[in-house]
Amino acid sequence: MESQSITVEREQLLEWYRQIVLIRLFEERSLELYHEKKIGGVYLHLYNGQEATGVGAVSALQPQDHVITAYRDHGIAIAKGVDPKYVMAEMFGKKTGTSGGKGGSMHIASAEHRMWGGYAIVGGHLPIAAGIAIKARYLHLDEVTLCFVGDGASNNGYFHEALNLSAVWNLPVIWLIENNMYGMGTAVERASGQVELHKRAVGYGMEDGGRIDGMDVTVVNDTVKHARDFVIKNGPILIESMTYRYEGHGVSDKIFKERAQEMAKWRDRDPIEVLTGHLEQMFGEDIQAELQRIRLNVEHEVHEAVEYAEQSPAPTYEDLLRNVYVE
Amino acid sequence: MAERNMSMRDALRIALHEEMERDDTVFVMGEEVAYWHGTHKVTREFINEYGESRVKDTPISEMAIAGAAVGAAMAGLRPVAEIMTINFAFLAFDAIINHAAKIRYMFDGQFKVPMVVRSATGWGMQATASHSQTPEPIFAHFPGVYVGCPSNARDAKGMLKAAIRDDNPVLFTEVIALYPKPSPVPDDPDFIIPIGKSDLKREGDHVTLVAYGRGVEWALQAADQLEKDGVRAEVVDMRWLRPLDMSLVFESFKKTNRCVVVEESLPHFSFGSEIAAQIQEQMFDYMDAPIKRVSALDVPLPFAHDIELMALPNAQKVVDAVKEIL
Ligand SMILES: Cc1ncc(C[n+]2csc(CCOP(=O)(O)OP(=O)(O)O)c2C)c(N)n1
Ligand SMILES: [Mg+2]
Repeated sequence: MESQSITVEREQLLEWYRQIVLIRLFEERSLELYHEKKIGGVYLHLYNGQEATGVGAVSALQPQDHVITAYRDHGIAIAKGVDPKYVMAEMFGKKTGTSGGKGGSMHIASAEHRMWGGYAIVGGHLPIAAGIAIKARYLHLDEVTLCFVGDGASNNGYFHEALNLSAVWNLPVIWLIENNMYGMGTAVERASGQVELHKRAVGYGMEDGGRIDGMDVTVVNDTVKHARDFVIKNGPILIESMTYRYEGHGVSDKIFKERAQEMAKWRDRDPIEVLTGHLEQMFGEDIQAELQRIRLNVEHEVHEAVEYAEQSPAPTYEDLLRNVYVE
Repeated sequence: MAERNMSMRDALRIALHEEMERDDTVFVMGEEVAYWHGTHKVTREFINEYGESRVKDTPISEMAIAGAAVGAAMAGLRPVAEIMTINFAFLAFDAIINHAAKIRYMFDGQFKVPMVVRSATGWGMQATASHSQTPEPIFAHFPGVYVGCPSNARDAKGMLKAAIRDDNPVLFTEVIALYPKPSPVPDDPDFIIPIGKSDLKREGDHVTLVAYGRGVEWALQAADQLEKDGVRAEVVDMRWLRPLDMSLVFESFKKTNRCVVVEESLPHFSFGSEIAAQIQEQMFDYMDAPIKRVSALDVPLPFAHDIELMALPNAQKVVDAVKEIL
C-alpha cells in the first residue's frame, strides 16, 4: 500500500480536498441532524473515513460514466456532482430531495448525473451495474460503470452471479470493493474464506486489480484511471480498496466503539490528513491558508444545504401515489 | 403456573433459550446473531452461553442461511435460522419455497425438514420501500411450509416453541413494532400454543374483526373505540396464516354476520382476500354485509414520514370500515 508518485497538479489536489472535506462535514452534520430528529427513520449509514475512496474513484471517471453503490451513498452522490442540498433534502424526506423524499438516505440517485442510486438490499445493485454496462457494449459507447461493493456484500449470491456475468460478457465494469473491514459487526475474516477479496478475480477469470490504500485519494484515483482504460478495452476488473468507517454501521450500531484502538490507527491515516500531507509536501506550509478558505466555503455550503432542506415542502398524498408505474 | 410481564423480545429470547436447553440439536444461525447479539437482540448473550458451535454468525448470504438450514434439518438437527428482516427473505425464497416446502412431498416422506426461519417484519419506521414489507401471505401461499406471526409476547413464546418442536419447516415472523411491548407470559417451559390454532382476543356480537400480528393491536384499539358508540366488536387473532384455522372466525360470524379483516400488508392477493373468500364460500347464508378489508395502501412504502403514515392502516381506519357495514 505504498504511496504512489504524485503527478497531479495543485488544482486537482485542491478540488479533491474540497470534495473530501465537503463529504466529511456533510456526514458529521447529518449525524447531528439525526439526533435532532430532523433526519428521521432507523437508518443512516455514514461515509466519513471512506471519502478518499469515493472521491478518488469517481474523479477518475469521465462525465459520461456511470456510478452505482449501496446504501452508504450520500458521499458518493456528492462526489458524482449531485448538489448537497438535494441530497440533504432527500435525507429530510422532502419533496425537493433527489428522490422526492420517497427514497430516503439509502436511495440517493440522480439520473442526470448518471448516479444510478444507492440500493439497500445488500448486493442487489451488482447485477444492475452489469446491466448498465451491457448498454455500453451494445451501442459501442465509451462509457464505464463504476460499482462500489461492500466487503460484506462480496459474500452474497448477487456478487457471484454479477461478477461472473461481467467476465463472460467482457463488460466494462470497475468492481471496486470498499473493504472497511466489517459488514455490520462481522469482520471480514469471520465472513470470507479468502480474506484478500481482490483475489476472487482469478476465480472469475477477470483482471485482478489488487489491493490499494483507500485512505489516499491520489492512489485510488490513479488506480481507477488505469482501470477505466483497461475495462473499456478488455472487460471487468476487481479492485479492493482498504478503508475504514469512523461511525458505526448505521446509527443503531452500539458496538463499534469497542474498536477504539483500531479506529485510532486508521485515523492516523485519515483521508484529509493524508491529502494535506501531500499538499504541504508539494507546496509548503503556505497551502494552509488556501485549505482554510476551502473549509470555510464548504462549511457554508453544508449550512445552506441544511437550510434548503428545512425550508423545503414535504411530499403530499398525490406524491404517495405517483410513480408506481410509468404513466 | 406463574406468569411474568415481559416484552415480546424477551419472550422470544426465553422461548429460544428454553428450547436450546431442552434439545441440543437446536442451534441458531444468521447474520449478526452471535456477537452483535441479534439485530433485534432476541439472541442476546446466547454466544456467551452456547458458544460458536450453536450460535453461528453467517456471512451476508441469505440463500445459504435458508438453504443450509434445510440441509441441517434433513440431516437431523433443528436449525433456527434468522433472516434479519423479511425483506431479505426474498433472497432466500427459493430455498424456502422450492426446497424446505417441497422436500417432504417430492421424496414422498423420506425426509423431514424440522427448521424454523425467524424473521422480523413490519413497517412504519421510514425504512422505505425495500425494507418495509410484510409479505407473510406470499409465503403462506405455498403448501409444505407453515407460517406464523404472533401479536403479543405470550403468544410469541408459545408459538415459537411449537415451531421449533414441530417436524415441518416454519416461517416465523416477528413484528418489529411489537418487540418492546409487554404482556404476561407463562414461566412454564412447556407452554405451547399449537401450530394452526387461532385465538379469540375479545368478545363481541356486532362485528367480527379478523387480524394477525400488528393488525390485532389495531383491531383491539378499534374495538375499544367502537364500544363507546355501543358497538361490540369480536376480535379473532389468526396467529398462523398456514395452517389457517377458520373455526373461530366462522363461529363468530354466525353471531355477528359482519366482518372486517385487518392486515398490515398489501391488499392485492392478500390475507384479507383469503379470509373474505372463505367466509363467502362457507358462510354465505349468514352474510348481512360485504366483507371489508383494511390494508396498507397499494403502493411501495415511501421514506417521508407523513405520507408513509397515510399508507399505513390504523385503528381509525378499522373503525371507519366497521361503520360502513353496520
Ligand atoms: C440482502 C440483505 N441482507 C442483509 C441486509 C442488512 N445489512 C445492511 S448493510 C449490511 C452490512 C453490509 O456490509 P458491507 O457490504 O461490508 O458494507 P458496509 O456497510 O461496510 O459499507 C447488512 C448485513 C441487507 N440490507 N440486505
Ligand atoms: Mg464493510
